[in-house]
Amino acid sequence: MEDDAPVIYGLEFQARALTSQTAESDAIRFLVGTQSLKFDNQIHIIDFDDENNIISKSVLLHQAGEIWHISASPADKAVLSTCYNKTSESRVVTCGAVWSMPPEWESGSHESPDDPHNSHNPQNLELLCHLDNSAHGNASSVLWEPMGDGKRVISLADNHALLWDLTESSTQATISSSATLEGKGQLKFTSGKWSPHHNCTQLATANDTAIRGWDLRTMSQIYCIENAHGQLVRDLDFNPNKQYYLASCGDDCKVKFWDVRNINEPVKSLEEHSHWVWSVRYNHSHDQLVLTGSSDSRVILSNMVSISSEPFGHLVDDDDLSDGEDNHQDEKSKEPLQDSIISTYEEHEDSVYAVEWSSADPWLFASLSYDGRLVINRVPRALKYHILL
Amino acid sequence: MYIRSSRRVHGMLKLYYGLNEEGKTVDQAESMNPCDINGTHFDPEVYLNKLRRECSLGELMDQESCMVKQIRSLDSDMQTLVYENYNKFISATDTIRKMKNDFKKMEDEMDCLSTNMAAITEFSAHISGTLQDQHAQITKLSGVHTLLRKLQFLFELPARLNKCLELQAYSQAVSSHRRARCVLQQYSHMPSFRGIQDDCHAIMDKLAQELRQKFRDGGSSAEDLSECVELLLQLDEPAEELCDKFLSHAQSRLEANLRGLEAETDILEFIDRGCNEFVSSLCLVIASYQELFVNRPQEGNLASKDIPHMAIGKLHAFVDALATCYFSLVERRIQEEKSVGDNSLLVRALDRFHRRLQAVAKLLPGSAVPSQGTEIVVRAARERIKQYLAALQSFYLDSLRDVRQALAAPRLGGSSAGELLSSLSASILNQIKSVLASVHLFTAKDITFSNKPYFKGEFCSQGVRESLVVNFIKFVCQSSRQFCESAGDRGGSTPPALLLLLSRLCLDYETSTITYILTLTDEQFLVQHHSPVTAVAALCGEARGAAQKLLNHYVKVQGLIISQMLRKSVETRDWVNTIEPRNVRAVMKRVVEDTTSIDVQVGLLYEEGVRKAHSSDSSKRTFSVYSGSRQQTRYAPSYAPSAPMDTNLLSNIHKLFSERIDIFSPVEFNKVSVLTGIIKISLKTFLECVRLRTFGRYGLQQIQVDCNYLQMYLWRFVSDENLVHFLLDEIVGSTAHRCLDPAPMEQSVIEVICERG
Repeated sequence: MEDDAPVIYGLEFQARALTSQTAESDAIRFLVGTQSLKFDNQIHIIDFDDENNIISKSVLLHQAGEIWHISASPADKAVLSTCYNKTSESRVVTCGAVWSMPPEWESGSHESPDDPHNSHNPQNLELLCHLDNSAHGNASSVLWEPMGDGKRVISLADNHALLWDLTESSTQATISSSATLEGKGQLKFTSGKWSPHHNCTQLATANDTAIRGWDLRTMSQIYCIENAHGQLVRDLDFNPNKQYYLASCGDDCKVKFWDVRNINEPVKSLEEHSHWVWSVRYNHSHDQLVLTGSSDSRVILSNMVSISSEPFGHLVDDDDLSDGEDNHQDEKSKEPLQDSIISTYEEHEDSVYAVEWSSADPWLFASLSYDGRLVINRVPRALKYHILL
Repeated sequence: MYIRSSRRVHGMLKLYYGLNEEGKTVDQAESMNPCDINGTHFDPEVYLNKLRRECSLGELMDQESCMVKQIRSLDSDMQTLVYENYNKFISATDTIRKMKNDFKKMEDEMDCLSTNMAAITEFSAHISGTLQDQHAQITKLSGVHTLLRKLQFLFELPARLNKCLELQAYSQAVSSHRRARCVLQQYSHMPSFRGIQDDCHAIMDKLAQELRQKFRDGGSSAEDLSECVELLLQLDEPAEELCDKFLSHAQSRLEANLRGLEAETDILEFIDRGCNEFVSSLCLVIASYQELFVNRPQEGNLASKDIPHMAIGKLHAFVDALATCYFSLVERRIQEEKSVGDNSLLVRALDRFHRRLQAVAKLLPGSAVPSQGTEIVVRAARERIKQYLAALQSFYLDSLRDVRQALAAPRLGGSSAGELLSSLSASILNQIKSVLASVHLFTAKDITFSNKPYFKGEFCSQGVRESLVVNFIKFVCQSSRQFCESAGDRGGSTPPALLLLLSRLCLDYETSTITYILTLTDEQFLVQHHSPVTAVAALCGEARGAAQKLLNHYVKVQGLIISQMLRKSVETRDWVNTIEPRNVRAVMKRVVEDTTSIDVQVGLLYEEGVRKAHSSDSSKRTFSVYSGSRQQTRYAPSYAPSAPMDTNLLSNIHKLFSERIDIFSPVEFNKVSVLTGIIKISLKTFLECVRLRTFGRYGLQQIQVDCNYLQMYLWRFVSDENLVHFLLDEIVGSTAHRCLDPAPMEQSVIEVICERG
């Protein structure tokens, strides 16, 4: 049972921003934002044909500036948000904005990936609204309300977390509430995550070495994990199935798993990367699968069975039990489940700043390195069957 | 004829006197000869005929004259004999006649006697008849007398007993009472006797009371006590109760002893006092108890059969209970003995303790006390080992604290780290040795318990070797590892120099010290490995792991310190609007200085290590700056150099890529590897930070200057200078990429600036 070889796609520009198209549940589709100071930046829409192992891409122009962060609306396939650098009068400002893809992008500018320089005449993104507030400084990321109707976003700007309401088909954005991080020195949110649990009323943010939880109803802090990592915390992700579980990664090369009810000690800590870990993602369906990307140019897929919502393997439905009971029990008794590294992917040659699971296929993920290389990989089949059966 | 008759008379006489004449043999031989004139069968006719026939006349004449002569002599002889015998006969006749008269007289007297005797008999019978009545009366009287005396005794008994009681002559009283008891019992239906009996009972009760009182009294001596018990037993006091009382009495005294013990402070005195007071008293009690209850001869109705059995049971329970108290006291006391300075005191105390308990063992075979005592000793030894381990550990931690202070104290002169290491390692070793010596006392030959199986086997192997030595070594490794973990999250609370020093310490342990210590232990304690023990190799592996971890951590911490400087310097500056570079930034100089001092620090403890051959012009390399218009082809690496480079370097870079640089990777135990690790971490941080910024023209130029400066100084520290080249190339390349107006500075200008410093 050979696993399929990874599929590699190269961008012309350097890139850091990657997201899967959250609202798309059929096609495997990723969005990549480029970073170039001299040319018009682009958003590459990467479609992956799983059966034929073929990548097809579309390019949309993002002329506002180089993209540092990208995220897609959970409700509308065509809507996305970016954080981008705007250079004006020898000042560099990072802004947030909500965009809409032009309706005909899919049919119009569909290109073969084999023809890399054929990006002439790409279409522009259509600006819906700016998430702009000059009083609140540089935006580091924009977060959509998970599983929401695409009407609410949070932007993290320097030391502020701003909750926006999008109205008028997202063309109007108004700040409904905000929270400010206060303390000594220049505090700045490095990243954040909107919790899908508790009716989407919680937010987790990272600044320096601390992780903080916020209640969005009161915009007040719920918990604070000081010194969650030895150095800067780079990324966070919520366990999609266990409401109190949170994964974090940072410059101390570690990935830590927290139960936010007990913030003194991490539940689990991994130290597999040999440099900073920039990104951590739980699989949306099988939360034992955790993906991490690091500036040691590696992507690591771990199987954290012991702290997953399925610590004893996949729960079998009653119907299945009636006919296959014995088999399952045998299987469980002879295979003790242990946390392990499933695989280390070394296709990248530069730092990997972003990894993302596909929202359509839970067994597929993409990783993006700084040199513009996007690699699409699959969970090894053996493991997939092990989890499923 | 005459002759014949004379012969016959002669013969008769001869027969009468019984004489044996000479010629008797001839006579017998010739007795049948009829010619023998002296023979019995002499026949004169035959003789004469023979003579006449044979002899001549002359001869006959001679014969005849001889014959006549012989007849004459015979006649005279006969006359003499007759005369003599006649006289005798006369006197005999006289005598007989006289006897005849005497007998007659005697007969008369005999008659008289017999009559007298008859009279006497008659008299005697008469007297007897008269005295018969009186005799019976006397016998009866004498019986009455005896009875009366007994009765008198009985009547006097209460008074006597009272008097005895007054004089405290208890034993006499008891024996008196014992004599009277049966009688009183027998006649108790008679009122008078009953009164006596009641009186006696009252008195005896009083007596028993008094005895019990005396028994209960703490003051009386053991001998008194035993006497009391003896008497009470004779008074039919229940033995069981007595046992209980005896024991409870003894118990109160022994408990007083125990209470006295509690005040004692010095362990040796404590044990001494315990032995001399408690254990001796206990032995005494056991001995007298056994004397009284267990070994006493079976006295019929007094001691029922199961008294010894019951008594032994009680004694065991008693001894066990008291011993438990004592042991708990001893154990508590031993536990208080925490000072590990002088072990000999404790060992001696334990030895005494153990020795004295053997006495109990002899007195009371089958008691659990001695084995419990041994167990206490064993436990104490175990506890001791634990304490020594704790002492060793705290000593180690104290030493570390000292080392840390010494490191923190600003001291010049490079030898300090090396000296600290050697003094630390020497003092630890000394401490281990002294602890081993102390523990060794437990197994000394003159200690009674040293030949117990525990002290021969388990104590040496499991106790000393495993629990003490191996655990200590493990502790050293463990605590070293902890330095890595705690420091990692809290931003380096451990001074890096200490990490380095510990790493070297662990490495030394791996190479030699562990083997030395374990060999020493095995030799001193003649460890026989009955149970599996930790192998030297496993410990060495652990030490090596710890050393590796410490060194890795050292690299990480030092790299982090430099990284932090670089990061701050990149993050805080406005690179778009910076001015044209005139100097190398101060932070770069600081980086080089720090790296140099780290180099010195590591050099003190670790060997140089191997490095690749240097190119002669390492410091003169130029950095390639990518042209801004460079368009990347799809799979081409972003770092593809555009400036001319020698092919060797290019291939090296490719090689680097094929090998991939692990930034926080394990380092080797040498200076070059350590420094390489630190520089790798620092430069990678630099690179990542640069990529997050946007640069103006002069920003790029400043980075160029800085990188050139780093290149000039850092290459010498690393194992492969190409690594530095590559990372610095990356930094400059990335900067150029992030530059709004990438106009690189002339190499010559850069060099001038760098040389100016």
